Amino acid sequence: MAKKELSFTPTRNRIRDRDAADIIFHILVVVLSILCFLIIVYPLWFVVIASISNSDLVNQGKVVLWPVDIRFYGFEQIFQDSRILIGYRNTILYVVGGTLLNMIVTMPAAYALSRPDFRLRNPIMLYFVFTMYFSGGLVPTYMQINRLGLINTPWILLVMVLINTYNLIIARTFIQNTIPNDLYESATLDGANHFRIFWSIVLPLSKAIISVEILYYAVFHWNDYFNALIYTSNTDIQPLQMVLRRILLQNEAFANGNGGVQGGYAQSSADQVKYAVMIVSTVPILLVYPFIQKYFEKGVMIGAVKG
Amino acid sequence: MSTTAKPKRMKTGGRSVLWYLQQDWQLWIMLLPAVIYIFIFCYMPMYGAQLAFRKYDFAKGIYGGDWVGLEYFKQYFSSTMFSTTLVNTLTISFCSILFSFPAPIVLAIIINQLKVQKWKRTLQTTVYIPYFISTVVLVSMLNVLFAKNGGVLSDLLKFLHIVPEKANLLGQRQYFVWMYVGSGIWQSMGWNSIIYIAALSSVDIQLYDAAKIDGANVWQRVMHIEFPALVPTIMILLIMNMGNILNVGFDKIYLMQNTLNLKSSEVISTYVYSLMAPKTGAPQFSMATAVGLFTNVVNFIFLLLANTISKRVTGSGLM
Repeated sequence: MAKKELSFTPTRNRIRDRDAADIIFHILVVVLSILCFLIIVYPLWFVVIASISNSDLVNQGKVVLWPVDIRFYGFEQIFQDSRILIGYRNTILYVVGGTLLNMIVTMPAAYALSRPDFRLRNPIMLYFVFTMYFSGGLVPTYMQINRLGLINTPWILLVMVLINTYNLIIARTFIQNTIPNDLYESATLDGANHFRIFWSIVLPLSKAIISVEILYYAVFHWNDYFNALIYTSNTDIQPLQMVLRRILLQNEAFANGNGGVQGGYAQSSADQVKYAVMIVSTVPILLVYPFIQKYFEKGVMIGAVKG
Repeated sequence: MSTTAKPKRMKTGGRSVLWYLQQDWQLWIMLLPAVIYIFIFCYMPMYGAQLAFRKYDFAKGIYGGDWVGLEYFKQYFSSTMFSTTLVNTLTISFCSILFSFPAPIVLAIIINQLKVQKWKRTLQTTVYIPYFISTVVLVSMLNVLFAKNGGVLSDLLKFLHIVPEKANLLGQRQYFVWMYVGSGIWQSMGWNSIIYIAALSSVDIQLYDAAKIDGANVWQRVMHIEFPALVPTIMILLIMNMGNILNVGFDKIYLMQNTLNLKSSEVISTYVYSLMAPKTGAPQFSMATAVGLFTNVVNFIFLLLANTISKRVTGSGLM
């Protein structure tokens, strides 16, 4: 490599310096990337080994790299726990139903706002963007929802964030930047109206951004406990995250050494349940990602070009 | 002139709302659900924020209480909670921006420099994983990994003498910010790097070749080619972050709070919640609204400031 470029460069020394700097830099990059990998992976690995190890040993800090005294008591307990099953059922309903509603509202709105011939496009955009930075606050929002009679109903968890302005903007940007104007022209000449254009041209060509939107919304619904905390108190309609909060956080005092013993569970496996719950509640949403990863990176790239 | 415009769209003198609706009625129908939703769930509560200036009256509802002016703001500003919550919020916010913001940029540059494709893919996929972990699970992971006795990572930090032998990372208040910021970086660094990696992949390869010919080493190439390519993205994300400076995420802090670290962990959003749903006593709705409104106004000022500065300095901004 250095030989080939020799003729272009002023001196031999400069190349040697450059190559030395490059080598140091690359070593640094590789070392940092390995460090990064370990920092990300280790906590995840620890949860996995702790979920199948003897809890007493875990609590004493003796389970570090590999599982010790393997048992599956925690996982067995989870699948008998009705709280978790109910939470799971509710979360799946909220994720599927909520995301579907999100898409039904977001995509047509994004299309409308992407049309350059839409008058009042900018004022309407401002109408949406303003809410990103200004809100009535927790109490007025609560009272508004109370007035609508949605407190303590499953509906509130379906519609609480019906449209997210950021998601709307990236969908709009994507549609604006990727769908060639010629297509609109010829469709209009053929007599297609906006509904037809949206349904038959825009949606099929927006797979990338649709997968991004679905991922954003689905992850939001999956992880959301805030709205459930504020607007619901009935455990029958609460999502998995609220159940997790009760199991993982409320049963235990923090870090004072005596937390986490749950009545009825065998002592030396008691904490296994906690780790098993963490895994069981994370894996499903994790499995979604690889399926849409292909579209995802492309979608983020184009959708986010203009923030 | 747009191609889908119909010929009858001519200039009209007085344009009424009706005229606009008539012209683009199909688009309006597609927008309608979103517009109505935003009106009911965002704009109507904004109108309801006048509760901050009224004494809350259960019988008369949100608009019916007596007008008290700035009473609740004064009450908040003169209470001890004002400085506590403001200082905590600003500390956490600035530490987040200072440390969490550059992390994905550095990661993106590292990933972009990796030569072995397999390793690059593996790393890229791995760093996304924590993003999918919910806040509840994340906080409970912190609780076990950094437990005072037997926490694997707190033991490691003690072994490396980064923290003293007796430290209680979850209980002592001076560690709260670091636990918060550190876990935030761990969780979102990979995810946030996606957008930077995308920006880097659009850099013209010819630039690299030209720089190589000119004898630039890889460090210089990063500083003079890659970094400038990231600047517009960085600025936009930074401004958006500034607009949320007092909106430190309620979710994680609320879950990380315990009686020992409360002095460092009570931020404005959790304080508003504790006013609205106190563990003991009656809820103080008006006070909570006033504190919320105060946050909003400050955020807005920060956003405008950041936007103006960015426009002056780099020529690019949000608005």
